[in-house]
Amino acid sequence: MNVGSTAVAVMSNRYRRRRLTVSVIAAGAVVTLALSACSSSKSSSGSSTGSSGSTTIKVAVVDNPLMTTIEKLTASGFSASHPNVKVKFVTLDENTLRDQVTKDVAAGGGQFDVVMIGPNDIPTWSKNGWIKDLTSYASDPNYDVNDIIKPIRDALSSSGKLYAVPFYGESSFLMYRKDLLQAAGQTMPANPTWQQVADIAKKLNNPSKGVSGICLRGKTGWGENLAALDTVVNTFGGQWFNMSWDPQLTSPAFQEAVTFYVNLIHDAGETGAANDGFNECLNNMEQGKSAMWYDATVAASTLDAPPSPIAGKLGFAPAPVVKTSASGWLWAWALSIEGSSKHADAAWQFMNWATSKDYIKYDAQKNGWAAVPPGTRVSTYQSPEYQKAAGDFAALTLKSIQSVDVNHPGVDPQPYSGIQYVGIPEFADLGTKVSQEMTAAIAGQESVSSALSKSQGYAQQVAQSYK
Amino acid sequence: MTTSTSTVAPPAVETRHVPVRPPRRQGWLRRLPLLPALVFVVVVTQIPFLLTVWYSLQSWNLLHPGTKHFVGLRNYRTIFSDSIFRTAIGNTLLFTVAPVILSIVIGTCIALLLDRRVFGRGVLRTLIISPFLVMPAAAALVWKFTILDPVFGMLNYVLKPFGVHHVDWINTHSQATIITVLTWQWTPFMVLIVLAGLQSQSQDILEAARVDGAGAFRIFRSLTLPHLRPYLELGILLGSIYIVQAFDAIFMITSGGPGQKTTNLPYYIYEVAFRAFDIGRASAMGVVVVIATIVIATLALRLVSSLFSDEGMHR
Repeated sequence: MNVGSTAVAVMSNRYRRRRLTVSVIAAGAVVTLALSACSSSKSSSGSSTGSSGSTTIKVAVVDNPLMTTIEKLTASGFSASHPNVKVKFVTLDENTLRDQVTKDVAAGGGQFDVVMIGPNDIPTWSKNGWIKDLTSYASDPNYDVNDIIKPIRDALSSSGKLYAVPFYGESSFLMYRKDLLQAAGQTMPANPTWQQVADIAKKLNNPSKGVSGICLRGKTGWGENLAALDTVVNTFGGQWFNMSWDPQLTSPAFQEAVTFYVNLIHDAGETGAANDGFNECLNNMEQGKSAMWYDATVAASTLDAPPSPIAGKLGFAPAPVVKTSASGWLWAWALSIEGSSKHADAAWQFMNWATSKDYIKYDAQKNGWAAVPPGTRVSTYQSPEYQKAAGDFAALTLKSIQSVDVNHPGVDPQPYSGIQYVGIPEFADLGTKVSQEMTAAIAGQESVSSALSKSQGYAQQVAQSYK
Repeated sequence: MTTSTSTVAPPAVETRHVPVRPPRRQGWLRRLPLLPALVFVVVVTQIPFLLTVWYSLQSWNLLHPGTKHFVGLRNYRTIFSDSIFRTAIGNTLLFTVAPVILSIVIGTCIALLLDRRVFGRGVLRTLIISPFLVMPAAAALVWKFTILDPVFGMLNYVLKPFGVHHVDWINTHSQATIITVLTWQWTPFMVLIVLAGLQSQSQDILEAARVDGAGAFRIFRSLTLPHLRPYLELGILLGSIYIVQAFDAIFMITSGGPGQKTTNLPYYIYEVAFRAFDIGRASAMGVVVVIATIVIATLALRLVSSLFSDEGMHR
């Protein structure tokens, strides 16, 4: 800064007085630019104990539909029975939430008590002590931890300890409009391949009526377009890294998969696909602007339940395959307690309620059985009411979740865990960079091969520390 | 700031008149009331900057706790061999120069119109200024979803009769989108500054010029423009300072994409700091940006200043 202020001072000396003020602002502004980017905010703890003995906990969640429900239900369902715990929600979109939460836990900021994270975070975060071990809390017999579906429970545990409890769990599958397929004289095979899906999508594509054949994610973000794209890569026989951590993004199988995905969007995908993530495609389907949608199983809970205008018109098929027998992903949005939280007990009371069997029953009472958070508890799937209300997608959701193999989802063995992500801490950055390139390819701003060769370069930098 | 100004100022004063140095004690007494401000400025600007310089010499990634160590200038070597960093520099220049030029030109035109006596001038002024008052994040969302959305956006709806159909503006014209939004946001600022200049212009001189038979264009070129010179300079300078930091629009509308087409330096530093959590590398970038901005700002200011004074005042 000394350099700066002297330079500016010399300048202001030469020119008239008016410039001095301007230059001061200039110097101030550039410094602020640098600092605002560099300093991590050490804001004081967001939670506090009120004078009346009540505790306020801050909860960070993703802005997906089921999470907005929990926010609405908290006042009547939780606060009424727990008057001493006040819950404050911070709702953010997926990409921002990840950045904010990671920053908070890594810097020990203590901005949140309860954070919503995914299975990819569990191994590193538990090792670093960023999140608390929940094993003893969850052993409460009333909570019935063994009722949580096993692949999900495993994905949220590390070395036998449970670090997060799932709010909902999901795999991916194909949703399609039965009425539109029938009108076009098409039938969906029981276990469709991607080629079959592409053919049907092209037949259903009707831009003049504003209906696209399929809705696929194109929005930047490793949890956005890469989630869907990576499952396609896996089943085409591609992978991110081979067993000796050589990046494989320019391999023929990877290239073929991305070309297929991008071409399918260009031929039969929705307009402006490069902007679309989960919520945008959900909107497209509800508005009747897409005939099929390959995405998270959890979408069915919103699409196939009232007040969705297309409830009852939907059919479901397993994630399309090419070389593997299944290709769905595994994901859970799960709640965990920040390592630096001072209100762990109050936080657990809230998490216990939000992920309990009782919450599911309460939600069902208020919003109907089809709309309850899926993919977490076996008891949900055993409930006759749920089977009746969500019969079309319930069984397939459970089957999809149970048929995933997080450690070997593709054709060749891989040195990392993860289906739609690479289970290493650097992936948030690497994945985002690669997904930016994919967005460029989907938007037609770049060719697939140049997008992939750039991506290969990013992956090489990361791979160096693993070789 | 105060210290550095005073360290440089004395020689200039000495050349002009005989220095009468006040006794030391008196000097400190005079400075005393300034001290709180000085301490405040040092605390909020200089100390964080020095810390940033220190961080930039560390290998420090928050994702790998316990691995922080001193690496000297390695972070600087890394960023200069980083192709995205170079792209970001180019984009930063583009996203500063283009919106500043466009907004000053459009702003001047609007200010000239607003300077006339028209019906409902007060309402018009308020309307023109409103883009500047809307919160940048909210404005960005309005642009993204209400105006430019390929399916529901108003722009496509308005252009439909002209054969434009379902254009995905944000992704096919990403750079133009950002430039447009920034220009839209900053034009009112330029209008305000130029309008202030226009209204301080003496009516007598303008009338005299008219009596002498000068046309509207001649009056503008020979009288109004030279009069506006300091105001335009101020507008360009303040505009550049603020627009170089453009972040909201990029974060909300394009997230730096597609590819790296709209990644400017502030956004890239954000990504490195808060997505890769590489504090060392992000700090090094911050330091480079500060130094580069000061150098470029100094040179550009001199250039702009000399250009204007050659052309305007003395003719």
